[in-house]
Amino acid sequence: MEHVELFFKSIFIDNMVFATFLGMCSYLAVSKKVSTAVGLGAAVIFVLAITVPLNWLLDQYVLQPGALSWLGAEYADYDLSFLSFIMFIATIATMVQLVEIVVEKFSPSLYNSLGIFLPLIAVNCAILGGSLFMQSREIATLGLATTYGVGSGIGWFLAILAIAAIREKIRYSNVPPALRGLGITFIITGLMAIGFMSFGGMLTGGDEEATNEETTVEVQVLPTKDNTELANNTKIEE
Amino acid sequence: MGLLSKKDAALIKDPLADNNPITIQVLGICSALAITAELEASIVMSISVLFVLGVGNVVISLMRNIIPSKIRIIVQLIVVATLVIIVDLVLKAFAYELSKTLSVFVGLIITNCIIMGRFEAFALGNGPWRSFLDGIGNALGYAVILIMVGFFRELLGSGTLLGIPVLGDPIEKTGLYAFGYENNGFMLLSPMALIVVGIIIWVQRTRNKALVED
Repeated sequence: MEHVELFFKSIFIDNMVFATFLGMCSYLAVSKKVSTAVGLGAAVIFVLAITVPLNWLLDQYVLQPGALSWLGAEYADYDLSFLSFIMFIATIATMVQLVEIVVEKFSPSLYNSLGIFLPLIAVNCAILGGSLFMQSREIATLGLATTYGVGSGIGWFLAILAIAAIREKIRYSNVPPALRGLGITFIITGLMAIGFMSFGGMLTGGDEEATNEETTVEVQVLPTKDNTELANNTKIEE
Repeated sequence: MGLLSKKDAALIKDPLADNNPITIQVLGICSALAITAELEASIVMSISVLFVLGVGNVVISLMRNIIPSKIRIIVQLIVVATLVIIVDLVLKAFAYELSKTLSVFVGLIITNCIIMGRFEAFALGNGPWRSFLDGIGNALGYAVILIMVGFFRELLGSGTLLGIPVLGDPIEKTGLYAFGYENNGFMLLSPMALIVVGIIIWVQRTRNKALVED
């Protein structure tokens, strides 16, 4: 349940593009055609799913205050968290290169579709942002970190896919000349972000409903053993 | 500008308007949008980027002949990451509240595309002095947009500038509020940052037709 909640939360409520504006540069630069947008989006999901859990391990066992205690008692009060930026970005840059080499070796067709985007991704803020948010939100387990990585990747994918589709269609519209291209893309993204804000109530509302259901079920089960009148009474009292 | 030759002066002046990193080159948008709900945060962010870009450009420019081109991205990232750690620690020491507001966005200066973009496009091919000027110019161009967006969002959203009320008191109904003016809380929400930048681009391109796309 925890996983499902975090998954949907990272896709819709904390959407990388619409809620925190991460990865805007490549979002604006590579969204002119749907096919390239799909390629970049898939690469982002892929890299986020690898780097967020890796950086979680790094954070948990090397960087956090006291994380080095597995080396021995004398290391227990080391705090290396000031190194997290440099460690995270080094992990990301290395992983991206590694992924590129592996994909090129084992799946040339995937390399042809993803390959050109992989070097771009090392400097995509969404990737580093994923790791930094993972750290600042104190995600508890490795499994949850993976879920978070995949979820935010899918959120980013959805966003770039949507804007690319809109930009392909908007070519046929009569946009004021000075707004064409970049300007109108900004404004559309703003409107989409307003739309995505409406997902904000999704999870909190769901939680309340779930707890309400549980309590009513309990109340109903107990009285039916005696008689229905009592059940009605308790309902009214509630 | 007696100090600078005409060519050097252009390095600083161009990014301020006609070759602005945000509105024309489309670089560094990520951090520009997320932290502009308050003017103060925008100013601090601009100063941080000014420092990182100015110093980073000089460092990369000094090392440009010894960096193997295959691993240059990683070298650049390490240089930026080191500078950003310095900025982050200074902010935590002297402006703790503000560093909480900026949260992960200080760290995200590392992947700010302006910085990588200027390293790639300029510092790798030019001497340290010109690279420094280019860094300062682009960071100022970034700052101009950030401060403009921060100014409008804070003024219209909460009626204050740098935390000081300038339009009167909304509860006591003084100043503008006496005439029925209301703060537009919507300006403080993140989508409005995008729309404000969109409008700035619109105004800029209306004034300078040469910049219009297509």
